[in-house]
Amino acid sequence: MELHELTITQAHEGLAKKEFSAIELCKAFLDRIGKLDIKIKAFLTVTPELALEQAKKVDDQITVEREISVLSGIPVCIKDNILLKDVRCTAGSKILENYIAPYDATVVKKLKESGAVILGKTNLDEFAMGSSTENSGFFPTHNPHDLTRVPGGSSGGSAAAVAAGMSLCALGSDTAGSIRQPAAFCGIVGFKPTYGAVSRYGLVAMACSFDQIGSIARSVEDARILFEAISGKDELDSTSVESKACPAPKRSFWCEVESRKSKVNTPPSTLRIQNLRIGIPKEYFVEGIDKEVKESVRAAIKKFEQAGAKILEISLPHTEYSVPAYYIITPSEISANLARYDGIKFGYSVAKPQIATDKKRMATNTLLDVYLKSRGQGFGDEVRRRIMIGTYALSVGYYDAYYLRAQKVRRLIIHDFDEAFKKVDAILTPTAPTPAFKIGEKIDDPVSMYLCDVFTGPVNLAGLCALSLPCGKTKAGLPIGLQIIGKRFEDEKILEIGKIFEEL
Amino acid sequence: MTKKEEEKFAGELSSILDYVEKLKEVDIKNIGADFRLAQEVSFEKGMREDKTEEQNIETVKKLIKSAPSTKDNYIKVKSILK
Repeated sequence: MELHELTITQAHEGLAKKEFSAIELCKAFLDRIGKLDIKIKAFLTVTPELALEQAKKVDDQITVEREISVLSGIPVCIKDNILLKDVRCTAGSKILENYIAPYDATVVKKLKESGAVILGKTNLDEFAMGSSTENSGFFPTHNPHDLTRVPGGSSGGSAAAVAAGMSLCALGSDTAGSIRQPAAFCGIVGFKPTYGAVSRYGLVAMACSFDQIGSIARSVEDARILFEAISGKDELDSTSVESKACPAPKRSFWCEVESRKSKVNTPPSTLRIQNLRIGIPKEYFVEGIDKEVKESVRAAIKKFEQAGAKILEISLPHTEYSVPAYYIITPSEISANLARYDGIKFGYSVAKPQIATDKKRMATNTLLDVYLKSRGQGFGDEVRRRIMIGTYALSVGYYDAYYLRAQKVRRLIIHDFDEAFKKVDAILTPTAPTPAFKIGEKIDDPVSMYLCDVFTGPVNLAGLCALSLPCGKTKAGLPIGLQIIGKRFEDEKILEIGKIFEEL
Repeated sequence: MTKKEEEKFAGELSSILDYVEKLKEVDIKNIGADFRLAQEVSFEKGMREDKTEEQNIETVKKLIKSAPSTKDNYIKVKSILK
């Protein structure tokens, strides 16, 4: 097996047994990036010096026979809306094109402590707004399975990098499916933790009551290892929660570095498939879903049934209102969160022209000019659309009709899930209604793009956890993803169910 | 925004707002909108004392350096009052 094809556990054992060094492992991925990224364009910034420096530290530890944690030396890439200190952080936007992160996000701090090797920052839809990575202020990323197609979004860069073997695993962020849908489109695993399980400190804020950072990897076990490393309550994020069902990463996640062999402590599976009750929401299998997606997901459900799980049809009656509710509430939160990009404290500003060419564009008479021109020139179309909708929905006279109404509908959607989880352990759905579409296909029709989130969005509205994993391919070879949704803080249970499915 | 952009956005925003009209179908008479997603965090635990803390001077310097226009340790902006 090639170095870039190893799982986290395999790479860890190889390092511990000194079959290869962390530097060799790191260089294997940097080479792949050098060879492949020119076509795929997953990376916005590659950090080879940092990565090799981190890899050397791990090699030094191994040399003195010190125990290394399971993520030591493991190459990771990070979505470019998560701050990595002293490295450019663009959030996929021209307004932050030259912004250097002054501090590490909490999840990055945890990754550094675990010994992971950071390869670079990956492409995304601008400010994580989009389902295809075409809204990036710089360039679109291409799906490694078919370069004419999108990798999904908004974590398209992270998903494409992992799928193409340019990184062993990755961090992404998910607000309505931005980890799960690209994972499905690229044929890999994406996990969105329960809202509050992972700190959002250092994540460029989009919609504060929806955003969560999660893991992208080639196997459920890898996604779980990465999730455990980054989860846990953080004093700097008051919405983060410590939960018994979703424990903070154990400091003793070590491996025994014996001279001949090593063992990684994996908690034994206590789940038995015969006791599993799986819910299939009837509202998720209606017209408009691609036929091959429907067949592939139904085949996956059959596999669970044949293995002994109980399949129950359930109803989530307010499903059809989740996308409209989402597209009022999130723009409202977005309009508040993006107010900070005003050309005053940081970021693109007409008060300091980067290239003093266009006098008319740069001319400012008043403070308001600075705001309007910096924002008008720095933001892309989708961002501007959402800020305008959000501002409108929150404005006097419209607040009740739009924002308040949408929040009340959100409550009903949460209630639908609460009721369903009284009867089932997990809910199975397709991740996306179609496989990866062509680049350019949906970019001129915002509503059509929004409908990509129809199965993933409700999960964020309710703050639940959800996993997407591959369940098949179309005849044309495009990956199809299965989504497993779980109750709040049953993250480990859902990951276990995912692992069971991988082995069926 | 240019005139052309205004027209484009007007059309797109209209179609988005038309789409979200769907929410009017839902009966929300007896639903309150006050809820918290991370209900596991008690309100008191989520709060802290309103006290400023000393920040790392290197970080402070980096933050001020990010601003487009500065004078001494201040961020410079256009005047608001004439």
